[in-house]
Amino acid sequence: MRYGMAIDTRKCVGCSDCVVACQTENNVPVGFCRDWVVEVVDGTYPNVSIELRSERCNHCANSPCVRCCPTGASHFEEGGIVLVEHNKCIGCGACIEACPYDARYSHPDGYVDKCTFCIHRVREGNDPACVSVCPTSCIYFGDLDDQNSKIVNVLKNRKFKSLAPEAGTKPQIFYLV
Amino acid sequence: MREELFVSGRNIPNIDPYLNIWHWQIPIYLFLGGVAAGILFFAGVFTILGKENKMTATVKKAPLLVPFLLVFGLFMLFLDLKHKLFFWQLYTTIRLESPMGWGAWVLMIITPISILWSASYVREVFPNWDWKFDFLKTAESWLIKYRLWIAWPMAIYAVILGIYTGILLSAFNARPLWNTSILGPLFLVSGMSTAAAIIIMLSKDHKERKIMGRIDILLIVIELFFIVHLLMGFLAGSEAQINAANLFLGGKFTAPFFTFVVLLGLIFPAVLEIFELKGFKVPIYVPAILVLLGGLIFRFLMVEAGQITRFLY
Repeated sequence: MRYGMAIDTRKCVGCSDCVVACQTENNVPVGFCRDWVVEVVDGTYPNVSIELRSERCNHCANSPCVRCCPTGASHFEEGGIVLVEHNKCIGCGACIEACPYDARYSHPDGYVDKCTFCIHRVREGNDPACVSVCPTSCIYFGDLDDQNSKIVNVLKNRKFKSLAPEAGTKPQIFYLV
Repeated sequence: MREELFVSGRNIPNIDPYLNIWHWQIPIYLFLGGVAAGILFFAGVFTILGKENKMTATVKKAPLLVPFLLVFGLFMLFLDLKHKLFFWQLYTTIRLESPMGWGAWVLMIITPISILWSASYVREVFPNWDWKFDFLKTAESWLIKYRLWIAWPMAIYAVILGIYTGILLSAFNARPLWNTSILGPLFLVSGMSTAAAIIIMLSKDHKERKIMGRIDILLIVIELFFIVHLLMGFLAGSEAQINAANLFLGGKFTAPFFTFVVLLGLIFPAVLEIFELKGFKVPIYVPAILVLLGGLIFRFLMVEAGQITRFLY
């Protein structure tokens, strides 16, 4: 089992619903966020293209954050979900430095925090909060090893990219383009 | 033209607009670690070479500073932790893949070694020192007997510690300015050069100062070569690496880097030391203090600039 996400940049309207849903679901402290929406504008008028991306921790298969953690607080859970165990984290900041996506932050309580793929919801068979709330249904979540899953079908039929693959992190979030 | 913005809004403290998660404590620790590594290395090597009575400041006096430098450096690391009460977790886990884990264990080994080494020389440096208890006196005579046995691991661990101060940064693939294998040797050489500066200041023996002065000049030349090597390596690299080098070659770190590190911290003190060797009268504190300040500023600039550099996507 290998959890992954496919995000349709052509369906995303940049409403930021995923961001708010995550903050509410996970009690993210005010001023912080575990996911965010980026708008990339290329070119000059009238030849302009726009890309909207809902970004978060990529739950990389080759995670520099897990590798550099001196206490093992950053670790892999089932399905390759990268998680931080709060009581093991000493707040040294090494994983924050190690993440090419700047997806981690220092929680006001001291430990390092980030997207968990809503593992508490996934274990109950639900989708992560950002996925279930998306009004255009542009985020697909599922098991990349399951050939019948929706995410595998989407990735079979569409062109996609991942962010900074040259970092060698093997990100598990794919952007449909 | 390409423009990127967070439409959802994102202004996380210490992450946006650019990373600033490691503050002033880290460069101070890297500096102290480098100085300590250098002093212990010289003390170990000159003992192994049988020169302990000719190089008294190197082998006997300067190492007395090291336990204080290391403990203060560790305290700095502790200050930088955000989840302080859980710091002991460092020593209940062995994580072979984590450079910081390695560093924590290396410090755990070299700090006691430096304390033992200094303890064996306290009475020689401070003749009025009294160990008071008999068991301490027996321990001291035992330590004195086995000094050579301590010197070897001390010199080796000192090199590991010195390189580690660079590897702590260079292991981060995500920060292109740090992600170069030359950073370990560069920080090691820089640490040794600052250690030589401290020894020169502590030494009262003209011959010893001359030897350490020569070593320091050699180290400075190597360091300058490594810096050129570092920047050339970046310029031959990817766009993210070229951007990293440009921070020092025209970007916002150019002026402090070339003024305080390259000119005042390396070239000028090296020239002064050469003049001194040629017989001119130069106050020994001037080049030594310049080297120390240069080393400290170098670490501040590297830690700050490295956090600005990132992958482009």
